[in-house]
Amino acid sequence: MAEILVDCRGETCPVPLVETRKAIRQAHPGDIIVIIGTHPASREEIPMAVRALGLELLGVEGTETDWTIRIRR
Amino acid sequence: MAERVTIVLHSGDMDKVYSALIIGSGALAMGMEASIYFTFWGLQRLKKSGLEKGPLSKMHFLGLGKWMVRQRMKKANVVTLERLMRDFKELGGKIIACEMTMEIMGIRREDLREDWIDAYGAVGTYIQEARGSQITLFI
Repeated sequence: MAEILVDCRGETCPVPLVETRKAIRQAHPGDIIVIIGTHPASREEIPMAVRALGLELLGVEGTETDWTIRIRR
Repeated sequence: MAERVTIVLHSGDMDKVYSALIIGSGALAMGMEASIYFTFWGLQRLKKSGLEKGPLSKMHFLGLGKWMVRQRMKKANVVTLERLMRDFKELGGKIIACEMTMEIMGIRREDLREDWIDAYGAVGTYIQEARGSQITLFI
């Protein structure tokens, strides 16, 4: 199981969402994807995308402007 | 079949091209399929080095308004249209060029960024795709 880090601190719409999707596409089933970011709306929207894609949301931590999201492919 | 977004980009204005590519990329990121039909003024943006050339839809002020908005966008770290297009394509988004516009405006395939274009179509192609789409927009 690999862990893939997506660092989108400082990035704005739609980059965090797009970069998360790219990482999911590259990951193998079971891999963990960790996204760190500072864009407030993406903190809510990445979990929406994860549910829409039928993947497992492991956790959302941190504040609106400094967050970490963990996903299992 | 996957859910789908079909967008008609009739405008060539910079801000509206942003809207189309951001919505399209967002849809792909959230697990939908996405197509953008570039027609009329929108098609001008598919010309070689044309993507970033559109005026602002409001307050263009002979380019001064666009320059100011660009500065603000840079400060806010908004990515370029070039980058949005690259991401849209990488995530499997489809670009369709309107053939009638090409004919009216005398645009040849070799004038366009053929590497971005998946198909050359007309209204039937759009309707056929839009009828199976959950979201369709005219920008």
